[in-house]
Amino acid sequence: MTLSRLAFFRAGGSALPGYRLSLTLTLAWTGFFIILPLSTLLVYPWQGGTGSMLSALHDSRMLAALWTSFSCAAIAAACNIPCGLLLAWALARGNLPGHRLADALIDLPLALPTAVSGITLATLYGPHGWLGSLLAVFGVSVSYNKAGIVLALMFVGLPFVVRAVEPVLRNLPQELEEAAHLLGARPWQIFVRIIAAPVLPALITGFGLAFARGIGEYGSVIFIAGNQPFKSEIAPLLIVVRLQEFDYPGATAIALVLLCVSLLSLALIGGVRRRFAVWSEPA
Amino acid sequence: MSIEVCNLVRLVPGARQPLLDNVSLKVPDGAFVALVGPSGAGKTTLLRAIAGLDNCSSGSILLDDSPMTSVKDRAGRMGFVFQNYALFPHMTVARNIAFGLDVQPRAERPARAQIAQRVEELLELMQLQGMGGKHPAKLSGGQRQRVALARALATGPRVLLLDEPFGALDPIVRRSIRTWLRELHDTLGLTTILVTHDQEEALEVADRIVVMQSGRIVQDASPMDLDEQPATEFVMEFLGEAVSFPGEVRHGRMIPDDALVLPFAVPEGVTDGPAVAMIRPYEMNIQKPASEQDVLSIYAAPRGTRNGYRHYTLQLGERVVPFYRPVDEADVQVQGVALDISRSRLFRQGLLCA
Repeated sequence: MTLSRLAFFRAGGSALPGYRLSLTLTLAWTGFFIILPLSTLLVYPWQGGTGSMLSALHDSRMLAALWTSFSCAAIAAACNIPCGLLLAWALARGNLPGHRLADALIDLPLALPTAVSGITLATLYGPHGWLGSLLAVFGVSVSYNKAGIVLALMFVGLPFVVRAVEPVLRNLPQELEEAAHLLGARPWQIFVRIIAAPVLPALITGFGLAFARGIGEYGSVIFIAGNQPFKSEIAPLLIVVRLQEFDYPGATAIALVLLCVSLLSLALIGGVRRRFAVWSEPA
Repeated sequence: MSIEVCNLVRLVPGARQPLLDNVSLKVPDGAFVALVGPSGAGKTTLLRAIAGLDNCSSGSILLDDSPMTSVKDRAGRMGFVFQNYALFPHMTVARNIAFGLDVQPRAERPARAQIAQRVEELLELMQLQGMGGKHPAKLSGGQRQRVALARALATGPRVLLLDEPFGALDPIVRRSIRTWLRELHDTLGLTTILVTHDQEEALEVADRIVVMQSGRIVQDASPMDLDEQPATEFVMEFLGEAVSFPGEVRHGRMIPDDALVLPFAVPEGVTDGPAVAMIRPYEMNIQKPASEQDVLSIYAAPRGTRNGYRHYTLQLGERVVPFYRPVDEADVQVQGVALDISRSRLFRQGLLCA
């Protein structure tokens, strides 16, 4: 049993040169840069004793912040699905003028320092900003509340959805649509029955990535969110607040919960994606 | 169902040459027509135009004398099989086949049980019993081919359009599916248009062969006529191995430029002037020349036996020419002979001399 579990380490006949060496390096690398920091996070909060940890976990401000983070990240990722799908479609299929420029612009939120995008969004959507003043006419306010958080998270999460979906759409044989069309399917039927299925796993991946990014996002959100405790305060910000109060156990307690819930939800999303992965297998 | 293509032109921006250059074609009801030609000749383009998949610059397509303007007009009346089958990967074989029926508006759609029954019938017709629950990825090439065919036939179309349907199959499956397809065409009373680049396949399965070259139809004839009277040098070459001998017609006799090739009488009506004689390797003959001084060095090297013919190569000066003799004939005398090409067809400026 132990032998077979360790069999991967011997792996004869692999094309990779220096299999054992590279495996050792990879494992050590992952250990040092991912597992070790994360495991300190698991240990650290309990140092002040179980009691203080439990009380830290019962902090209602923390629970509110966590809820804000997760719900906003989920809503933003969900909103990004139709937007990202549309953009990916236009990039993959449309030959619009300037599509190369649009292609480059899509990735910009990833490269931009998040604070810059945060300040830009806050200026645009603030009560006196170009868009904010326009929206204020209709009585809608997207700054200093949860709508602002969702907006910022949509901004940073969009590239993930687009980049996950676009290659799948690009590789989707056009003949499938033509075949469906010739068999009498109407456009919406082609979309629902032929295109949606192979694209779904990629959409779920995109959702997962955008969601994960949304949970961890800090810089772009804090400028537009207003950061009122219990209302529009996100968990990463609360961690910073706790650190500034020198409340290390409190900060790591939030981080621990954030970590566990993120891991669980990503595992769940991965499971759902694998469930639908058969749909995108080429025939 | 008869199909008529009238003066079809398809231009693409940027290309110097039209993809389809004033193509007209009449396919009577029940015919099995093969579109053949080299790659880029416009066969698939023409087939896609008939199916309505591409927009054409001008021209019209009539189905039973009524014009077809969009794919919608054709839905369910024309079955199309794509070169790589284009099966829906996320659906089972049964769902794939039922697709054309499933997507019909509720009012026209048959009941669930009827659809299931139709799928069963088609699976049986395609010799795919018990495969209904599988996904296309699990099938072999020949099976996918038949699923694609079943899907195209589910709505009961009278016209079947096939784009290189045997392209991806191994030779044995290819041969069996070819004959089977012809039988299917006859039993169901279909009108079939098949695109292929393999002229032998076309000759074997089709009643009529349409040869295309650079977006134009070069010749449209029965396999027999095509063999006897190829319209151009290209058709002659395309239909099988051919050897050409340039020369000149003088006083009713073709005199090849090559001294080792015997002159021969040409049919009446062929005027004097330069011409090209083309002949199939198995139509050539060798014989002792009339006068001894003509005897130069033709040397025939044996190259093995294939399909009932002994293959040789003849050294004609600089050229090497293939030459076939039936196996049951006596061995070829390989030295001191001249070439008799009196069965060749004469072409002038690429066109057959009448």
